Amino acid sequence: MSRPEELAPPEVFYNDSESFKYTSSTRVQHIQAKMTLRALELLNLEKDQPHFLLDLGCGSGLSGEILSEEGYNWIGMDISPSMLATGLDRDVEGDLFLSDLGNGVPFRAGTFDAAISISAIQWLCNADTANVDPKKRLLTFFNTLYSSLRRGGKFVAQFYPMNDKQTESILGAAKVAGFGGGLIIDDPESKRHKKYYLVLTAGSSERSV
Amino acid sequence: MKFITTNFVKCAIKGCQSSTEAFPLKYEDCQLAQEEQEYNPEFIAHMLERLNWPAIIQVAKDLGNESLPPTKPESLDPIMEDDQAVLRDLHTLLLETQIVEGRMICRNCEHVYHIKNSIPNFLLPPHLC
Ligand SMILES: [Zn+2]
Repeated sequence: MSRPEELAPPEVFYNDSESFKYTSSTRVQHIQAKMTLRALELLNLEKDQPHFLLDLGCGSGLSGEILSEEGYNWIGMDISPSMLATGLDRDVEGDLFLSDLGNGVPFRAGTFDAAISISAIQWLCNADTANVDPKKRLLTFFNTLYSSLRRGGKFVAQFYPMNDKQTESILGAAKVAGFGGGLIIDDPESKRHKKYYLVLTAGSSERSV
Repeated sequence: MKFITTNFVKCAIKGCQSSTEAFPLKYEDCQLAQEEQEYNPEFIAHMLERLNWPAIIQVAKDLGNESLPPTKPESLDPIMEDDQAVLRDLHTLLLETQIVEGRMICRNCEHVYHIKNSIPNFLLPPHLC
């Protein structure tokens, strides 16, 4: 099966029929739920305290529904209008923004306690048209995300790197923006189940992990 | 889009990153709806510290509400009876008031962002990226 990133830009790939197929597939729902819960585990937020989260590449809100179930308030951003429309139909609790992560995160400094992203940030490495510079887009993304987080706020992103070079450019841009942290690989021995999680902290936190 | 979000969203255009005029956005021709949300006073109390009250007042005015107190209610405690009514009011304003349709305009570069079906559109034309 071809990777979706190789076929078309996300807003084209996830057109109405694709986003409907994607969202209603129980296999996709199960995997997305599992990865969202794992991302939350890696965020390791204080229990019994409210948190305001950002979900980057929120799609139709499969991850957001889990954030709501876990008691978090959130805002989601996605580039696909069809995915967001599916999210509206599903009555998700968070606010939905139509936007391109490569153009940055448009929130003022210190807005969010933490951020997650499930299966999205590898799209930033694409150059769909000649005048698109993935390096610049990654930097804009990480710089603005850094600023939108509270100091010490964490960002956990599950993603599907196409190769080691992509992983390095993502990690490199995150470091330049000021994030600390690195990569966690779950099930590294299994080709099928291997999962990559970026675990980053914006500045220093008083709270050790 | 919930009212609370207006207190955090700013212009996405690069040249506006360091402008103090890029927040809050100016709201025009907005259609509002009240939508019931689960009451979570702990969340309101948690967010209070990071709310920019002058921006709350300004956006409320854009939307036709000029009855907000001039200063931010401070250190509300969900356990205190006296604080309950204020937390309830904040809940109604911040979380239950939704902007369904309308325009947000940057006071610095005058770029217009449209809200349709409660979803703000922050996609930028290539020359502004
Ligand atoms: Zn602007």
